[in-house]
Amino acid sequence: MGVREAVNNIAARWMDGDGPEHDIVISSRIRLARNLQGMAFPNQMSHQEADSVFHAVQLALSDRHFRQQFGDMELVRLGELSPVERRILMEKHLISPDLLKDHEKKAVVLSDDEVISIMLNEEDHLRMQCLLPGLQLQKAWEIANKLDDGLEAILDYAFSEQLGYLTACPTNVGTGLRASVMVHLPGLTMLNQINQVINAVSKLGLTVRGLYGEGTEAMGNLYQISNQVTLGLTEEEIINKLTSVIKQLIDQERLARKALHRDQKYRLEDRIFRAYGTLKNARLLTSDEAMKYISDVRLGVNLNIVDSLSNKILNELVVMTRPAYLVKQARRELSSQERDIMRAEIVRNKLSKQN
Amino acid sequence: MKCERCNQRPATVHLTQVINNQKTEMNVCEYCARELQQEAWGFAPQFDLHHLLGGLMGYDYSPSIKTGMSQTCPKCGISQSRFVKVGLLGCTECYEAFEGQIIPLVRRIHGTGQHTGKVPKRTGGRARINKEIKMLKEKLQEAVNREEFEKAAEIRDQIKSLEKKLQ
Repeated sequence: MGVREAVNNIAARWMDGDGPEHDIVISSRIRLARNLQGMAFPNQMSHQEADSVFHAVQLALSDRHFRQQFGDMELVRLGELSPVERRILMEKHLISPDLLKDHEKKAVVLSDDEVISIMLNEEDHLRMQCLLPGLQLQKAWEIANKLDDGLEAILDYAFSEQLGYLTACPTNVGTGLRASVMVHLPGLTMLNQINQVINAVSKLGLTVRGLYGEGTEAMGNLYQISNQVTLGLTEEEIINKLTSVIKQLIDQERLARKALHRDQKYRLEDRIFRAYGTLKNARLLTSDEAMKYISDVRLGVNLNIVDSLSNKILNELVVMTRPAYLVKQARRELSSQERDIMRAEIVRNKLSKQN
Repeated sequence: MKCERCNQRPATVHLTQVINNQKTEMNVCEYCARELQQEAWGFAPQFDLHHLLGGLMGYDYSPSIKTGMSQTCPKCGISQSRFVKVGLLGCTECYEAFEGQIIPLVRRIHGTGQHTGKVPKRTGGRARINKEIKMLKEKLQEAVNREEFEKAAEIRDQIKSLEKKLQ
């Protein structure tokens, strides 16, 4: 019961915090965009056509060979979920914000471990996503590729020899592949080098976005880096290029952290333990504060300065302090001060269980 | 001390940059520091991508040009001007209906107009065969380089039979 489980249970595979390079890379994601032949794209489709996409995918999911490979996967229409439940799926990165708009025409399929999600009628008929902890783009691609093969055995994809997989937006045409990596870069940020890094990465045809932040601002020093070009390169080429850039970024971030710890030991440790102390004791915690202090403590955990915590706890805290999760816990709408009270309480409880 | 960048205003900011492990330190004025900071700020404010596509197609919104965009897709009925506005096509046939505009647009976005990645097994058609021929040709070259001529002949026959399928 993938989707129901996902809205009630905070843990997801990508939050385990145990993948390769997990001191810097939080998660790796592969997303493939696919459309069905002969049907209008979601932005032009009627309710009836939206339903026929659901039926076609349902048929593919219940195919015997598909089930042998991937097990039973349930298709849930977004209309069957409450607004809060829909938002929780978004806060867990299992669906995109776009899937919340015009939700009557949308559906989602989720594997039990929440590694695979398939969004239906987002910008394209199918957007399949594979999300893994740490730097594992190659592995995520292998899973997504197999899933794609399994679905393609039943579904007729729109494909052109020249332009590859046809998508609603020409920016996704070709492979339909968006590979992205979520990285935590507090060291480069503290040394004021983050803008140079972002500048360099953008020149290589990659996109950098701050996570959760408004516009260019990155909250909690979390950045999402992804490929921009989807046509003219093979899937492997796209993934190898992104992986090699990320590896260089990891080296730079590790050097920055080392330099900080060497040159400003007491200032850094003070900052980390103040953050930890605040999280453990605060009675009011805004969303921005939570993200900022979680980032500081995460740096402490990965420099072995704080040893009583794990990345997993911190990943869970990031999701648990988002607005929809708080509303779900409270079972009612909350004012902004009530949210800050509740957020502080959840964080205190979670951290007090750790020692 | 004068600013090391403009050599005019007094240096008030100590700037440290690390590029490729090379640390450089500079004493600059506030004005130059801000400029350097802005230069380094790699990403522009986030525009809605879809709205930018219209600009890439080389249209401006002056009425005289709009008259040339009355074309609509015969399948889903969206007009070219709507695509320029929204940045999303209505169906797969729009790619054919607006081919003259889409192909140059795709080239501008991706720097190329030819797919080289994965091909679906069933709906891939000729593309699938072409891709296989390309792969076999690489194998053929390898076999020849290794002087495995029997294997090379085998691969050549496979290529020939695939090429027949394309005719």
